[in-house]
Amino acid sequence: MSTAERGKVRVEKGRYRLDGKFHYGYPNDPIWNEDGKLMGVTNPRDVTHVHMYGGEAPFFEGLGKGKLLGTCCDNPDCEADGSIFIPFRIHCPDCLGKNTIVDMTDTARKGATVHTFMTTERTGAFNTLPKPIRFVNVEFEGVPTILMGYLSVGKPEIGMKVVPIFNTASPTYTILDLSWVPDGTNESEIPEGFTF
Amino acid sequence: MIKFSDKQLKIPQMQRPVFLVTGGMSKFGRAVPEKRTEELVIDAFVEAAEFIDKSSAELKEYIHSCYYGHFADHFGDQLLGEALIHDRLGLDPLGNVGIKTGGATGGSTLWEAFKAVASGYSDCVLAMGWERMDEVPTDEGNNYIASAADKDWETPLGHIYTGYYAVMAQKYWQVFGKEEESFRRTMAEIAVKNRGYARMNPHAQGPMKITVEDVMNSPVVAYPLRALDCCLMSVGAACAILCDEKTAYELTDNPLMIHVAAGSHTLRVADRRNMEIPLLPNESPDQYKDLGDRFPGGDRYPGFTGFLAARMAAYYCYRMAGVVDPTEDLDLVELHDAFTISDIQTYEDIGIRPYGEGRTYVESGDCYHTNPHTGKPGKLPSNLCGGLLGCMHAVGATGIMQTVEIGQHIWGRWAEMHEDQSKWDRFGRTKPADWTNLQVEGANRGLAISHAGVGSHVTATILVHPDHQLERN
Ligand SMILES: [Zn+2]
Repeated sequence: MSTAERGKVRVEKGRYRLDGKFHYGYPNDPIWNEDGKLMGVTNPRDVTHVHMYGGEAPFFEGLGKGKLLGTCCDNPDCEADGSIFIPFRIHCPDCLGKNTIVDMTDTARKGATVHTFMTTERTGAFNTLPKPIRFVNVEFEGVPTILMGYLSVGKPEIGMKVVPIFNTASPTYTILDLSWVPDGTNESEIPEGFTF
Repeated sequence: MIKFSDKQLKIPQMQRPVFLVTGGMSKFGRAVPEKRTEELVIDAFVEAAEFIDKSSAELKEYIHSCYYGHFADHFGDQLLGEALIHDRLGLDPLGNVGIKTGGATGGSTLWEAFKAVASGYSDCVLAMGWERMDEVPTDEGNNYIASAADKDWETPLGHIYTGYYAVMAQKYWQVFGKEEESFRRTMAEIAVKNRGYARMNPHAQGPMKITVEDVMNSPVVAYPLRALDCCLMSVGAACAILCDEKTAYELTDNPLMIHVAAGSHTLRVADRRNMEIPLLPNESPDQYKDLGDRFPGGDRYPGFTGFLAARMAAYYCYRMAGVVDPTEDLDLVELHDAFTISDIQTYEDIGIRPYGEGRTYVESGDCYHTNPHTGKPGKLPSNLCGGLLGCMHAVGATGIMQTVEIGQHIWGRWAEMHEDQSKWDRFGRTKPADWTNLQVEGANRGLAISHAGVGSHVTATILVHPDHQLERN
């Protein structure tokens, strides 16, 4: 199928507006064993899901603009008062109040450290990251949580200083728009479409 | 810093004791193209009925409600597969419910079944779990498993769940393993042990006679984890019948007391916040004061190195069963050895060893059926069925299979269920010439741990022979 035909969605006045095709069916095939005995059938299909980000939308939109957003509970009666959450949490896990959005881009640029990492050649179906994949779990000064992401340049190590890069040229509006590189990496070394 | 209230830490008080009466399991395999899931489920049920000399129809007459563990609807491409199985088992019009908690699904199924009996709702229940992971190619299977991570924040990163766990393994390896060759060998020993025990189990899908070198030379999956450090992907079913005391003794002369408890922690490891270590009965408040000095980087709890959910499941369950020191009070365990290194982490979470010292459970020989250093019985043998590394990980069935295996040891019927040549023939498997009886002599108490992924859900199940109950405070 062509990408042009693929289903697209807009939201207007609180309703989904759907254009194009959201599912493709294909004829199934029988499955035989070596003796010519019927064992089963294949069930091919191709489906496009629609998924809303809700209160996390600012985070995913922010990545494409070169911003790393977190949130903060500022309820003075809450034990988590002042705690910054990144991954971005819409509500505070303790008081369930609505968190305030905080821009963590500068904090990430100044003091992000690899807490742990992993390198692998193995991926699941639909993976789009180049192999080997280098996951890095990034720790920020003054933040109790540790964000998972991927390293685009170099070999990860625990304790390594890293800085964020963002897919600002053609954002996918997914977590893949955020990547990390070792502190001191040159602009020329980072993947196409990404900026510091 | 997270704190827990007294109300949250209350030890469960059941309304009446619950007993395991019987259990059964199917053959486990990477692929079972000749059978539908319902056929595997019926194989497990029939084995459970025969174990107590009942026909399936006789056993069904006792059952009052049913609990079905099946993790991945995606794999089966069938929503409400539980209802289909319930019908094929001929158990309508009984109430039934599906349970899914990732890798802990089997244990959670027992948890629900246990509470149904303890509350008085039912006098006899069926806990049945299964998984069918062979109807998609492995890379699509990996994507499905990765769909159990956060779909916006994690799944797009490689669509590979092993990777989300491997970052934790890396941290444990560097902080507590200190990247030592000796620690790497200890990890490998677990793979050798469990795959070796699987050789004695006709149900097991991954028996192997291998060496530490074989494990250390197997392909790297995500350093430090190698192929032989990682568990199997499986098809199969397992079930257990739980009853109140009166019904239990109507069905058998020899039911076992069962306790089940559960814990949880964040789906994304990323969201974990620091806390004080919740202590088990065999630990003291000051024993972890210097953990960060002994293991630099190890002072963050649970950080990326501990499983809070496992700790909490043990926290509740040990006190329900009166266990103070698991190594002293239990006779065998079945742990969730999804990876060799997570097995070591679990020894610490459930108090077999203190935090930081998990490796010594293997290195001492305590975890073996027969301690390789002394030639005497291991102090607390683990995973004699072969575990997830050697027997299977048919997700919804795993925690139930582990519990049934422990039951067979306490009943003293392990050899009967594993030696019989006709079972090996029926499963199309060759019994090794050096087949060895792994029955733990005199076993009276055992524990099974069922664990989901990076630790979102964990259950602890303790079986106790009624004549060998521990005192509860
Ligand atoms: Zn709050």
